[in-house]
Amino acid sequence: MRRIVFEKRESMSRRASTLVPIISLLASLLLGGLLLAISGANPFVTYYEMFRGAFGTWNRFTETLVKAIPLMLTGLSVAIAFKMRFWNIGAEGQLTLGGVAAAGVALFWAQSLPGWTLLPLALLAGCVAGALWAGIPAVLKAYLSVDETLTTLMLNYVAILYSEHLYYVAWRAPGYNSGTATFTEAAWLPRITGRVHAGIYLAIILAVVLWFVFKRTRWGFELQIIGENPTAARYLGINIAQNVVLAILLSGAISGLAGATEVLGLARRLQQGLSVGYGYTAIIVAWMAQLNPLAIIGVAILMASLLVGGDQIQMRMGLPAAMGLVLQGLILIPMLAGMIFMEYRLRIIDPHTTGMEVEA
Amino acid sequence: MTEFLRLLTSVLTITLQAGTSLTYATLGEIYTERSGILNLGLEGMMLMGAVTAFATTYYTDLPWLGVLVAIIVGAAMAAIHAFLSVTMRANQVVSGLSITLFGGGLASFLGQRLGPEAHSGRLAGLVAERFRPILIPFLSEVPVLGALFRQDILTYLMYLLIPLAWYYMYKTRNGLNLRAVGEAPRTADAMGIDVIKTRYLYTIFGGMLTGLGGAHLSLAYAPGWTENITGGRGWIVIALVIFSMWNPARAILGAILFGGINAVQFRLQTAGARIPASYLNMLPYLLTIVVLVVMTWWESLSHLVGAPAALGQAYMREDK
Repeated sequence: MRRIVFEKRESMSRRASTLVPIISLLASLLLGGLLLAISGANPFVTYYEMFRGAFGTWNRFTETLVKAIPLMLTGLSVAIAFKMRFWNIGAEGQLTLGGVAAAGVALFWAQSLPGWTLLPLALLAGCVAGALWAGIPAVLKAYLSVDETLTTLMLNYVAILYSEHLYYVAWRAPGYNSGTATFTEAAWLPRITGRVHAGIYLAIILAVVLWFVFKRTRWGFELQIIGENPTAARYLGINIAQNVVLAILLSGAISGLAGATEVLGLARRLQQGLSVGYGYTAIIVAWMAQLNPLAIIGVAILMASLLVGGDQIQMRMGLPAAMGLVLQGLILIPMLAGMIFMEYRLRIIDPHTTGMEVEA
Repeated sequence: MTEFLRLLTSVLTITLQAGTSLTYATLGEIYTERSGILNLGLEGMMLMGAVTAFATTYYTDLPWLGVLVAIIVGAAMAAIHAFLSVTMRANQVVSGLSITLFGGGLASFLGQRLGPEAHSGRLAGLVAERFRPILIPFLSEVPVLGALFRQDILTYLMYLLIPLAWYYMYKTRNGLNLRAVGEAPRTADAMGIDVIKTRYLYTIFGGMLTGLGGAHLSLAYAPGWTENITGGRGWIVIALVIFSMWNPARAILGAILFGGINAVQFRLQTAGARIPASYLNMLPYLLTIVVLVVMTWWESLSHLVGAPAALGQAYMREDK
């Protein structure tokens, strides 16, 4: 009887690792188009409107970049953790607390600090808050082996509820239903064009630095070994617990920075709309980029375009903006199915003839 | 005294109502994990179950049909997870996450698209037929324990399902095979058990129960559809499976604990407690973390191996 089996490749297939994400994107658009057609909308018109909404004019493109910044940062944050197979799905909460801490500094230290220190301190506070929030699950995992998927995720809800308490009750500006007062100008993160703020520089610099760390440094190598083969890591004398905590503090700090730049660069006050799911989309960004920091920049822009495109079809065609989320979710499924071809090839075993190989 | 008993009865009634969806999903995930598959897609599957059950019931006035649709939807989504993690050997954590992200997005899309034209396609805010509490004569009048008999039909079904699920897992041949696949797939394979088929079967079965849990939310507990109706319940269930130590008989305990937190929260809020609402709402999530830490610590102390040994690992006969 003929059988089709997977056979391990000698080395990772480069061709498969570039083809799989592209095919996944196409498959997602195809399936999404089917969904649109079934729900009574014209998929071609919808996709055209989404594309135009995200890239049609310079103005629209800057809005796509605005949404791409937090996705780049949280994508990088998640990638560091995933490198070690530490499933940090708490980027959302780390981002939220980063925003809260930055807002706290901008609101309450404005009088007592020299103006020029306010912005760097607010950004730093965001990093520290994100790092500490990620540090809780990291320490629990490293020293007590408590499952990190659940702890990071549960802390998202706690952080978001806390931020809600602040902007609805504790820090609410008099005369408003919700939201704090606007920060003094010294705490504003400068904008480059449109609403695109300087956070984009931070994201790109971090991507390059992380790419270097992953590729060229001993620490990057250690993180990879911990993820791929913890037993080997132990034999090599790598301190796993300490590395996990350090890397996750860094991961949390970058997500915290994402929140801080959102708050200081866009709304310039703490208000509703800080936690809109970037921390979850970050998982798709990191995975689709195969944890490559430079690829994360591009994938983040792509994912942001789906969000902005989704908003556009809601405004112009009355279709749910959630279509963008559906497409994002749909990308990961064929991607996961296809990843096997990077490590394995299909082989048809036919007992009558010799094995015939099929490249896949 | 009677006042206190009445309060206790009402808290227990709400506890069981809130715990029903959790218990169904917990039972489902216990079966899935026992076969060696970790499914983190529960949150997305519950959301999809809730939205499809509600939409079906809204148009047909048949809540049972809604339940059936939710079960099918849960099964279909679980089948995707099974395909990715069993056949394509994808990372189970990421595969589950993708199901949750996709399910969450799709449920939100459908919630704004499946409603009637006159309501601009939205399901939120609509009222549909639902499962109402059925008071069992005499028994429901008993103080405190009467709460057990003031529930809707899905909760009564849950009372039946728990012992059945326990019996099947520990007292039948199939249950033994299931546990073997999760503990030692290679040995199970050598014994002639079809590992791949078993994993597909119980992952899909888990999806069915999870979809049913979602249906209970939109058809009985919080009747109606609201965006993000699950509020993280799908994730809490993952912790409840650990809390139950993969034993169906204990699935109800976690549900009572967490349902109880909901009830206490609800009571405190209506009593006008001075604690801010946001802080009260944090309780279930904080409790999940505490439960996880305590369970992990206790299992390591008592050298109990709770989790199926092969949980989360793909199996391929050709690998050595």
